[in-house]
Amino acid sequence: MIERDVMEYDLVVVGAGPAGLATAIRYKQLNPEDSVCILEKASEIGAQILSGAVMEPKLLDTLLPEWRDNKPAICVEARKDRFAYLTKNKSIRLPTPPQQKNHGNFIVSLGSLCHWMGTKAEELEIDVFPGFSAADALFNEQNEVIGVRCGDMGVAKDGTEGPGYAPGVDIHAKFTVLSEGCRGSISKQLIKKYALDAGKSPQTYGLGFKELWQLPAGRTTAGNIQHTIGWPLDSATYGGSYMYQLDQDRLSIGFVTGLDYADPDFSPFEAFQQFKHHPQIKALLDGGEILSSGARTIIEGGLQSLPKQDMPGALLVGDSAGTINVVKIKGIHMAMGSGVLAAEHLSETKTTEGYDAKWRASNLNTELHKIRNIRPGFTKGLWRGLITAAIETVTFGKLPRTLENHSDHDSLNKLDGYQSPDYKWVDRDLPPRDRLASVYFASNEHDEDQPIHLKVTDTDLCVTKCTEEYGNPCTRFCPAGVYEIVEEEGNKRLQINSANCVHCKACDIKDPYQQINWVTPEGGSGPNYQNL
Amino acid sequence: MKIIACIKRVIDYNVRVQINREGNGVVTDGVKMSMNPFDEIAIEEGLRLKEKGIADELIVVSIGGSDSQQQLRTALAMGADRAILIENTDDLVPLGAAKLLLKVIEKEQPGLVILGKQAIDDDRNQTGQMLAALWNRPQATFASEIVVEGDTATVTREVDAGMETIEIDLPAVITTDLRLNEPRFVKMPDIMKAKKKPLDVIAADSLGADSAPAVGTSDYSPPPTRESGVIVESVDDLVNALKARGLV
Repeated sequence: MIERDVMEYDLVVVGAGPAGLATAIRYKQLNPEDSVCILEKASEIGAQILSGAVMEPKLLDTLLPEWRDNKPAICVEARKDRFAYLTKNKSIRLPTPPQQKNHGNFIVSLGSLCHWMGTKAEELEIDVFPGFSAADALFNEQNEVIGVRCGDMGVAKDGTEGPGYAPGVDIHAKFTVLSEGCRGSISKQLIKKYALDAGKSPQTYGLGFKELWQLPAGRTTAGNIQHTIGWPLDSATYGGSYMYQLDQDRLSIGFVTGLDYADPDFSPFEAFQQFKHHPQIKALLDGGEILSSGARTIIEGGLQSLPKQDMPGALLVGDSAGTINVVKIKGIHMAMGSGVLAAEHLSETKTTEGYDAKWRASNLNTELHKIRNIRPGFTKGLWRGLITAAIETVTFGKLPRTLENHSDHDSLNKLDGYQSPDYKWVDRDLPPRDRLASVYFASNEHDEDQPIHLKVTDTDLCVTKCTEEYGNPCTRFCPAGVYEIVEEEGNKRLQINSANCVHCKACDIKDPYQQINWVTPEGGSGPNYQNL
Repeated sequence: MKIIACIKRVIDYNVRVQINREGNGVVTDGVKMSMNPFDEIAIEEGLRLKEKGIADELIVVSIGGSDSQQQLRTALAMGADRAILIENTDDLVPLGAAKLLLKVIEKEQPGLVILGKQAIDDDRNQTGQMLAALWNRPQATFASEIVVEGDTATVTREVDAGMETIEIDLPAVITTDLRLNEPRFVKMPDIMKAKKKPLDVIAADSLGADSAPAVGTSDYSPPPTRESGVIVESVDDLVNALKARGLV
């Protein structure tokens, strides 16, 4: 039996993203005498946060009104919006959807914003613990969540105790708040354990890429925003690009693909790189350099897939549950809004019970209700999706119908007789050359001598059934090239390059056999994003 | 015996260092900072000597802006007893750093001073040596093993020719190499304890040391990018290609 230290808190928050930080900060503002801690698996607050991002500032104005006088590292007022449909060579301007108008909003780096919020949390005497991952939830005999167990440090690759072995601490708390972001590993366990998704539509996801570029002087205008749909995706695949022009000739550029894509040969990474070679985009990027890059999944199911957000002893906030407004392409205000609501609920009622009902009676619910049918509309392809979007927009989502989502792991076609569409992809020469070159810009670090944190149940299935049916899609959907099928002496086997993992969780979601389980690696491991 | 370990806040080793747009420094905005890894080894060694009963106090000292307190707190969480920050935001070169450290050493009278052999930001590898000279005490650099017995330390050094073992009288200065030890993980309860440990802040200009640099840096530029190569078919092609460029 390993002896573990136990630390007692009133509130433990798992994950220092906008939802978790807002929960902790608001709770501490309301209950200065209570003890609050935040665990963050990244080596530093914000180092594993990746987002576009354009932010609606309303929530931050209420939570930390001083932010406008003391802005985080990247923070530019939004100027012009442009929405376009791309063909291989053309960019055709479309009317900007009303949900995507950004007047009064700010382009931020969510990573640097969270870092800034982390310092504010510390000023409030919240114990902020970067470099410590929460590995498991802890329960009492009544099956209530009573806290979390931090991951052990210094475990060797074979699972034995290495020389510096340090067992993870148990944190016991009156309330546990899970704010792990999309497809959180503990949230996933708890949703299953308490059947929080019973009666809900299956969850659906997207995979987003982002690169931060330093461009030659004078090419950009700080605050300009462009979103595109169309090429390099075919009309059956949901997705599109974002491009946010920052100050100091910097540019945030990225691409999101719905993980419900059907082509087993499709590579989301390649789609992003192709997009960068559109004539309009390439002219902008040529001669610039990448400062930082990464990838992260996005939870897109919206209201119909939103699980119950409370359970005995714990809450799910932000994208641990899935509160993002996909149509606005904004989740920060929703995440912070959920966090603030959670903190106020816990302060008032001293119980987790009733939070979900309170959330559903709030304006957060109203916001998601209006747009609930837009994302599912795109499962019928781009054009029908746009028509649904237009109808839902002009009727403010008041039509008495709710379209269902479908799960992503069973959306792939089998190879048998399947012909991939012609995406009209081009030769490319902009960096990065491939996924490994891209991972370099994530400043990734995992101690090599630690157990593989991507648990695959049956690796034989990979080289037999999966190779035959789908041709090992994990080797293509993973943005970091973690999965490889290698051949040694005529035998094929799955090789997991877990040290490349950027913690995006795409494998956990998209694997057609649902046999990949992403668990937290040693605390402090993973990407070290700068200003993403 | 009292041990002093000296640490420096540097850009984290995972960060891709970039030169700023003005070309007069590197980008530190929004960049992850951490303790120089060699200095972490110095603290670990100090802690091990303390755990062996050889030392009874480990003091950790840093020179830098107030944000260096973050790294000092990490050192305290690892197990150091107290910390001293010599607050300084002016340009500093190793000689200036050694002069400032000497003032603290003269006051604290340690039996041993341990530093990283170099800091990973400028890789100068000078402070330890200069400090020993100014202090007029023995030095053992690039240590990969330290055995303290009474008033002497037997130090195995990693030198170009292999390993060299020397014996030095204490007090002395030792600088650490990579293989000396593997620093421990910081434990969460110790982070909480570290918040209550003493951390003194002393203004650098109050120490009366002349730490102004005698050398300055005029500009920074990235190393030239490597030109892409060509694949040749045969040895003859290679020879011809080399000849054509006048390289053989």
